[in-house]
Amino acid sequence: MFRNLLTSAVFAGLGAGLIAAALQFVFVIPLLLEGELYETGARIHFATDSSTQSISEAPGLGGEWARHGMTVAFNLVSYTGYGFVLVALMGLAALRGFALTARTGLLWGICGFIAVQLAPAMGLPPELPGTPAAELQPRQIWWVSTIIATAAGLGLIVFARGFLPLLGIVLIAAPQLIGAPHLDTYFGVAPPELSAQFVTQSLGCALVGWSVLGFLGAWFLTRTAEATRPAFA
Amino acid sequence: MNTATHDLPVQSLANPAAIAFALLAGLALLTVSGMAQATVLHDAAHDQRHAMAFPCH
Repeated sequence: MFRNLLTSAVFAGLGAGLIAAALQFVFVIPLLLEGELYETGARIHFATDSSTQSISEAPGLGGEWARHGMTVAFNLVSYTGYGFVLVALMGLAALRGFALTARTGLLWGICGFIAVQLAPAMGLPPELPGTPAAELQPRQIWWVSTIIATAAGLGLIVFARGFLPLLGIVLIAAPQLIGAPHLDTYFGVAPPELSAQFVTQSLGCALVGWSVLGFLGAWFLTRTAEATRPAFA
Repeated sequence: MNTATHDLPVQSLANPAAIAFALLAGLALLTVSGMAQATVLHDAAHDQRHAMAFPCH
């Protein structure tokens, strides 16, 4: 039993992490490297020579294989971490009598995306390098609190009865109404189009990653559980 | 003979100890990949943190 849960989380995390990393190298990393050109000053938007335009062209991935290898490796670590938490919550729901299938796993994954990526992104959009932001620690606190509140809210809406789903809506709305820590002024040096593109592309890749994570987590979990169950019929 | 087991609505997917362990393991991994600010860790995980929207810097 112990092994099923853990191996399911690891396999799902590695699968989702690999797919998410591949998508990031197609869609997100080029924008990130382009943003870095503005962070370092290699490119300047609204330069003082009265030019209001900057060239829109991402640099190639270059030969920094160690750097990109780390990005893939940490994607695997992050998705495996999220996989452990997601599969644990699936197991918890199963203990309480809510049946799990690979298809409902897909819904689990999408809810994970809403709680971990979409809701925090409403207050703290994914940051292009070179986007100065408020103090790190208050942002981390708001980020973690928003994830917990949104996940708890979604849990109440899906699993609870009576008035509790309404409480779920309150929990989801609260962090957004409180608002994330922000600076009093805008400091961004990158073109706004580039930042916007970075946000939407990274959210799209995360949705795919989380969908795969939920589906694979549930698939491995229900499959290993069936394999160890005595054969009826 | 096995019908009682078969009809149980509860899927025997996990026990509470495994669930608690998985939660802790997951949070530990995420602390390393997304939250810890040690310079070496931050630099190695930098691109991934931005791509995954962890609060970074």
